[in-house]
Amino acid sequence: EMEDKVVSPEKVEEAKLKARYPHLGSKPGGSDLLRKRLQKGQKYFDSGDYNMAKAKMKNKQLPTATTEKAEVTGDHIPTPQDLPQRKPSLVASKLAG
Amino acid sequence: FCLSADIISTVEFDHTGELLATGDKGGRVVIFQREQESKNQPHRRGEYNVYSTFQSHEPEFDYLKSLEIEEKINKIRWLPQQNAAYFLLSTNDKTVKLWKISERDKRPEGYNLKDDDGRIRDPSTITTLRVPVLQPMDLMVEATPRRVFANAHTYHINSISVNSDYETYMSADDLRINLWNLEITNRSFNIVDIKPANMEELTEVITAAEFHPSQCNTFVYSSSKGTIRLCDMRALALCDKHSKFFEEPEDPSNRSFFSEIISSISDVKFSHSGRYMMTRDYLTVKVWDLNMENRPIETYQVHDYLRSKLCSLYENDCIFDKFECVWNGSDSVIMTGSYNNFFRMFDRNTKRDVTLEASRENSKPRAILKPRKVCVGGKRRKDEISVDSLDFSKKILHTAWHPSENIIAVAATNNLYIFQDKVN
Repeated sequence: EMEDKVVSPEKVEEAKLKARYPHLGSKPGGSDLLRKRLQKGQKYFDSGDYNMAKAKMKNKQLPTATTEKAEVTGDHIPTPQDLPQRKPSLVASKLAG
Repeated sequence: FCLSADIISTVEFDHTGELLATGDKGGRVVIFQREQESKNQPHRRGEYNVYSTFQSHEPEFDYLKSLEIEEKINKIRWLPQQNAAYFLLSTNDKTVKLWKISERDKRPEGYNLKDDDGRIRDPSTITTLRVPVLQPMDLMVEATPRRVFANAHTYHINSISVNSDYETYMSADDLRINLWNLEITNRSFNIVDIKPANMEELTEVITAAEFHPSQCNTFVYSSSKGTIRLCDMRALALCDKHSKFFEEPEDPSNRSFFSEIISSISDVKFSHSGRYMMTRDYLTVKVWDLNMENRPIETYQVHDYLRSKLCSLYENDCIFDKFECVWNGSDSVIMTGSYNNFFRMFDRNTKRDVTLEASRENSKPRAILKPRKVCVGGKRRKDEISVDSLDFSKKILHTAWHPSENIIAVAATNNLYIFQDKVN
């Protein structure tokens, strides 16, 4: 008598996921996922630079005789609004806790 | 094209059903009011029109924690009406606000020192005294913030619930629940704290919380592990120990990577009667008898066909979507949303269910909604839609049911749909 073994659709999906991400932890509901959830909204930027740049903008309202082309040494100082929302990674970095 | 700020994030009828409030991602609250019955236009009874719009929350940035605080309104809860004004609580991730919405239809006219435009009168031209009188004016609806309940949540607020004592309310975040007095903003009591001493040991978070509709000492909170705890504030000041613990036993052979994620409860609602509660997890809605903790009394499949799509739903984050669920006024029908702008209703008595769609293409005003059906394999009939054709960006997370009539409000991304039972 042959018994048909029905693999649940969930287990099929699980196998698919593990095939794509072999390093995915076996405890999905654990700390990593939850901590990512708790960290929603985290945006890192340098508030000191931001506030100094804001102050500089205020001072720049005064007209200057010569508009020098200042050397651009890097990207402009980001403001909170400019920062893209960092989407939490699907796979936890090996560096993370 | 849809502005993300217009995405509706919460919908709530007030206790009479005459007012309907929506909150959106841009921090705005829009209140609709039902048209009064009029002999001239009898068919217009029941239409909801905009009554008031105001900016409830603004985006903030917490520099100390480098945390961006969204202005998105997570929940709105109405207070029962006690005088001519309306009061509601609205919350974003961090701050709860009490808003007063009041009508002004009179204004004083006939001042002595200034004329009706507000310009100051030349005192030398004033020769007589007059008494200002109240004159009718066009109706103006004003919303004013009466209380701001801030700085009480380290984590993100997911629920607020007004107590049946009408004096207190609770706010719940991922790890803690606080009890407030509606009059006092500089103090709140912590009544649940599930934060572990070591965050590495974190295994579950609070996902929703609600006060019992009539027992002011009782509340429930649900978790990301599919459990519900009922707490009695008379027993303990800090309700870390529950009075009742509701969990459905799981078949260990069925356990998969996704089991815990799809068991996470996204919403919990007491029935109006207070005898039952309903929970929503990713694939089902469950009704629990408060007297039976070991399993739900009813389980309804919302979209079981998604079980074979869990891998891609995990990859596109849809598996973390938080659907809400609602009871009708008599607790006989329950409703919840799904994808493709579909929403589902389950009649608890007849055990019949229906899938309906909230979209412009499929519903003209005053037309009857046609039931929809998802084809799960094999031959697709003409009217059916296959699972692979479902639009997962069109999710109905928020719905509301009028407290006594068969009127429902369904939020489909940035559109609000209001459906009613056909009036003969």
